[in-house]
Amino acid sequence: MFKDVIIGQYVEGNSFIHRMDPKMKLILTLLYMILLFSVKSIPAYIIATVFTLFIVCLCAVPFKLILKGLKPMIFILLFTAVMNLLMTRGEPLISYELFGRFTLSVTKEGVRIAVLMVVRLLYLLIGTSVLTLTTTPLKLTDGIERLLKPLDVIKVPSHEIAMMMTIALRFIPTLADETDKIMKAQLARGADFESGSIFRRAKALIPILVPLFVSAFRRADELATAMEARCYHGGEGRTKMNVSRIGSRDIKALVIFLIFAAAAAAAEIIV
Amino acid sequence: MIEIKNVSYCYHKEEADGRINENKVLNNVSLTVHEGEFVAILGHNGSGKSTLAKHMNGILVPETGDCLIDGLSTRDEKKLLEIRSNVGMVFQNPDNQMVAAVVEDDVAFAPENLGVPSEEIRRRVDECLKIVGMWDYRRAQPSRLSGGQKQRVAIASVLAMEPKYIILDEPTAMLDPKGREEVISTIHRLNRERNMTVVLITHYMEEAASAERVAVMDDGEIILDGTAREVFHEIEILKNIGLDVPQATELAFMLREDGFNIPHVITVDECVQAIAEALEVKS
Ligand SMILES: Nc1ncnc2c1ncn2[C@@H]1O[C@H](COP(=O)(O)OP(=O)(O)O)[C@@H](O)[C@H]1O
Ligand SMILES: [Mg+2]
Repeated sequence: MFKDVIIGQYVEGNSFIHRMDPKMKLILTLLYMILLFSVKSIPAYIIATVFTLFIVCLCAVPFKLILKGLKPMIFILLFTAVMNLLMTRGEPLISYELFGRFTLSVTKEGVRIAVLMVVRLLYLLIGTSVLTLTTTPLKLTDGIERLLKPLDVIKVPSHEIAMMMTIALRFIPTLADETDKIMKAQLARGADFESGSIFRRAKALIPILVPLFVSAFRRADELATAMEARCYHGGEGRTKMNVSRIGSRDIKALVIFLIFAAAAAAAEIIV
Repeated sequence: MIEIKNVSYCYHKEEADGRINENKVLNNVSLTVHEGEFVAILGHNGSGKSTLAKHMNGILVPETGDCLIDGLSTRDEKKLLEIRSNVGMVFQNPDNQMVAAVVEDDVAFAPENLGVPSEEIRRRVDECLKIVGMWDYRRAQPSRLSGGQKQRVAIASVLAMEPKYIILDEPTAMLDPKGREEVISTIHRLNRERNMTVVLITHYMEEAASAERVAVMDDGEIILDGTAREVFHEIEILKNIGLDVPQATELAFMLREDGFNIPHVITVDECVQAIAEALEVKS
């Protein structure tokens, strides 16, 4: 049941995007998000679409895999669509009387905003999937650490944040396996997670969560000892096996993105 | 040389009613491990083996007594990194000692902590993965490996510090027989070919029998210390504290009790030979 979790599901490859510096990939992902949330007109959306398709083709990861990663997000997408459909005021297309008091209506503006919002979120998810699918977790956390490094002066614990993420990524599969195991063990004893009210189902989760937490604390304790035994003493004086630097490839990527962004901005202004 | 001199240690546990409960786990323990030795430490659960091991690289500091690694005391905080990089430690649960989500990054963890230059880290990672025979898996995720493979990666991760001593705390306890064999043969090869000093904590008698020297712990004390042959000769003492002896030793012992003329043995091969000789004499 946890097989769809895409975090840390790096796909080996040698594409242009795979070989980019993780810092630049993170910066571009951030800029891409900002772009997605600032476009409003249809032509600008078309430009964003072209750019999204462009990076999907460029990253040489099978499109099926990207779609698989989107599956767990379907609920959020649907929720966004429904909320926008029902909550936007304007010229009503369909109306429905509820208990003779409230009127639920789907408006023309609602449809438009819902579609745009879903497309926006979809592109956002695709963009971040491309990032995580083409970057090893270690490179990713390394990139975050290096980007946050300048914030050390205002006491942002950049190394600790990166280390926490590394360990979280390392233990997600382990804990997912363990949850599966505990769940099967409880099922074998007749536990029922699928029927009953929400309250009952939540209660049925307690026998899973308690052993999971106990084991997580034990693991944390042992891992801390093992890290200490391997001379871990914080970020001070640490070196890295792989040091990546921003190179001409990354500058090229930045320029390409800026061209698309400028085109989108122009489209916004003209319309 | 690892010198443990009259070390005592207690865990302090706060009871529900606020009393502090002292649990004396090591009681005046002395043990010296010389360079190049292969020492096995035996003892049943809770006898203090792990606690003793954690003293050897300064994770725990003795309450009384001293623990010296090549003359450096583990009490000296400034020397702690030097001590730890010299005394590598492998733990029981392979899942709970890996930090990174890719094998080679995990092996790089220790030298990164020590501030080793990048190219040198790369060289060490490749070398150590080759030593334990896991180089082909350098890009793999630890969660996809078998128990024996994970433990070999853990050994490589420790070797990357280029330690003189390696302490293994029940490294095979969670493995299947195949994984156990992989790990034990790797440790023996390190000892033989690289002259690595090994301290192996185990509760498998066969593993202990393959060590040069065996120390037996019971209730926080070392009660026997000698060559494997000497220690397993004390069958009565071992049985008394609830430990077994290797099956071969046990068989020879039982035959001897029954009046056969069979000497003390510790390996299966010796046992086979001794029985064959005894049968020959008889016929
Ligand atoms: N962190 C701890 N806190 C309190 N007591 C502990 C701790 N670790 C071990 N002990 C106790 O110390 C004793 C010896 O434990 P340990 O050294 O792990 O033995 P062994 O490795 O031989 O099984 C046990 O009785 C155990 O309950
Ligand atoms: Mg133990």
